[in-house]
Amino acid sequence: MDLSYGSEYDAFREEVKSFLRSHKHKQPKPGDGIKSQAIRDWQSLLIEHGYHSRTIPSEYGGYGAEPDIIKSRIIAEEFGAERVHRGFNGQGVTMLTPVLLEMGTEEQKKAFVEPTIKADMIWCQGYSEPGAGSDLASLTTKAELDGDEWVINGQKIWTSTAHHADWIFCLVRTEPDAPKHLGISFLLFRMDTPGIEIRPLVDMTGDANFNEVFFTDVRVPKHQIVGQRGQGWQVANAILGHERGSLATPDAAMNRLSGVKRLMREESINGEPIMSNPVFRDRLMKLEGRVLAMQYNDMRLLSAKINKNQDVRLAGMIVKLIGTELRHEIECLGIDVMGEIGLSYGDNPHLRGHGSWQYQYMFYLGLIIGGGTSQIQKNIISERGLGMPKEPKIRSEKSAEKLAKEA
Amino acid sequence: MEFGLSQDQLMLGDSVHKFLASEVPLDTVRQLAAGEVDDSSVWQGLADMGLAGLIIPEAHGGAELGMLDAVAIAEALGYAACPGPFLSTAIMSAYLLNAAGATDPLTRMASGEYRVGIAFSDVIGSRKGQVTEADSKLTGQSLFALDASADAYLIGLSDGRVFMIEASELTRSSLSTIDVTHSVCELSFDQSPACLVSSSSELVWQTIYRGRAIQAADTLGAAQYMLDQAVAYSLDRKQFNRVIGSFQAVKHMCAEMASQLEPCRAFAWYAGHAFDESTDDAALTACHAKAHMAEVGQFVAKTSTEVHGGMGFTDLVGLHYWFKRIGFNRQLLGSPEAVRHEAAELEGLC
Repeated sequence: MDLSYGSEYDAFREEVKSFLRSHKHKQPKPGDGIKSQAIRDWQSLLIEHGYHSRTIPSEYGGYGAEPDIIKSRIIAEEFGAERVHRGFNGQGVTMLTPVLLEMGTEEQKKAFVEPTIKADMIWCQGYSEPGAGSDLASLTTKAELDGDEWVINGQKIWTSTAHHADWIFCLVRTEPDAPKHLGISFLLFRMDTPGIEIRPLVDMTGDANFNEVFFTDVRVPKHQIVGQRGQGWQVANAILGHERGSLATPDAAMNRLSGVKRLMREESINGEPIMSNPVFRDRLMKLEGRVLAMQYNDMRLLSAKINKNQDVRLAGMIVKLIGTELRHEIECLGIDVMGEIGLSYGDNPHLRGHGSWQYQYMFYLGLIIGGGTSQIQKNIISERGLGMPKEPKIRSEKSAEKLAKEA
Repeated sequence: MEFGLSQDQLMLGDSVHKFLASEVPLDTVRQLAAGEVDDSSVWQGLADMGLAGLIIPEAHGGAELGMLDAVAIAEALGYAACPGPFLSTAIMSAYLLNAAGATDPLTRMASGEYRVGIAFSDVIGSRKGQVTEADSKLTGQSLFALDASADAYLIGLSDGRVFMIEASELTRSSLSTIDVTHSVCELSFDQSPACLVSSSSELVWQTIYRGRAIQAADTLGAAQYMLDQAVAYSLDRKQFNRVIGSFQAVKHMCAEMASQLEPCRAFAWYAGHAFDESTDDAALTACHAKAHMAEVGQFVAKTSTEVHGGMGFTDLVGLHYWFKRIGFNRQLLGSPEAVRHEAAELEGLC
């Protein structure tokens, strides 16, 4: 066991520290929106120094470095320690870009990657539908070829940032007669195309974090497809792989837990600080033990990426399930230690932490459900992690899979 | 940067696993439960592999390995529900005696011929009076002393001093607990001559923290065994013309066990490593690992038994030996609530 990163990385860490010292003041302010010049300038500065889009080839606007997990980790640590803005990381950056680099045509890479990573082109993701959630492959939004154009009709839901997005990457059914996994294509199109209607979807937090998007005879140039017709499911799965790990990091959980500790020291009931209440303190320590377990699990995953000598599939599969549930419980303790004050929301003058405790408590319930529900995660863990039988398929799905294999 | 067990540590754990699978089958545990055998031949076998002297310096016949090595071994011992005084003699007593400079018994301990039990109930939290000392003579009682077959005991007093006393100088009665794989006893002293080993309260606590890290690893191994058994049983047992492991309810029980258990592996490793590197968070990590593993262990023990249905409740499959070992580790050297309270104290929260 060796937890040092090695002295060859000391110089790199110094470099990052020095960048932060001299440029930190240029970072975007909390109020700067995702389409502000401040975000774009900061983004370009980060890319120029290799602190964003680090491994994306320079011909597509990235920094063009060789992948180095430890350098990435050092960047994350130093930015985290200084609480500096990591740059814009919307769905286009984190999910579409890797897929374009892997499966896009040269023209697509040239056209989309650079403006996307520089935050000049904002994307939203059109996957889920009212009738296609956990069973995403059953989606029914259809695209029919009419001359040189796809004509799209249908509805998407859970589309975050749709109201800001310039473009959408979207799964549509192009082969209605094919088995469900083989009938899907992956299209890219502009959000200002006629026939697109966006309706904000207000969620339990009171915000509209998501939207519903309706398509009525939306006409899209034929060549704006990633992969071949009917290959969209493979493309989508590549992206979902990128999404799962990033929803609940143990370091962020530890930060929130430190926030609970601060609350428990600062808040008091009848003159007694909450921290002196042994019941609350035990809940705090119990959660701390669970977060520590996830932090060491994370170190194990990092080590496996570097050394490639350990089978950590199971250790990786459980992160979304455990991480989101854990975060939800941490936020819950933050509320509980405040008692009635913990109810405060909106413009309540007694609000603590800008209302983040109730907000995150609800938001993480959303994340427990989104990105593959906890129940879907348990299916994956039992089937792929423990080798237990897959869910039985109904007859039509069986034949669809058989056809898929033959194809 | 490399987080995890080294090739040597993996091989060490693996060789102990293999030895236990062939030499300490469930039948041995059953014979122990029936009082037909004691743990001496098992312990001698482990001592011959070098486990009794694992952390004892080479100068005293030991292997002079570290706590991370000990964690890898404890996991294997838990997996096999292996009887014997690894925790008391090989870890806690060996560490304390060596650190206190009382090295005389170490050579005999390393060979497996001399066992030194641990009687720390006054330090952890006494429930029945306290042992007192006057003129190097002890009077009083100590409950739940580890190892009912030890040749001598380290007695921890509430003020942090530790005395060593030969088994022949005290009255000992074995105490039945749920767990037959650990033997414990009640010691009574009446002006019993004792030898002062250490006056350092810090040392006795460092010994307890190391014990807790080992308990966490032991429970990790025992819980992993119970999960493996649950998955295997669910793929074998059929109801409604299907293996029960194809039902989502059963799959989710197994997934929940795996999800809670898997991060504990990295946690236990770090707990061992922290002692080897003397990091600032070693004591805190050991407390957290012990308390967290106790909770996860309890969940896995219950859930695995449920996956086995009525069979899990019987003596036929013997799963209850692991259930009880996990229960034993949970209470001994501090219940989860007590240990979390200590962790909060270590952090200065109370």
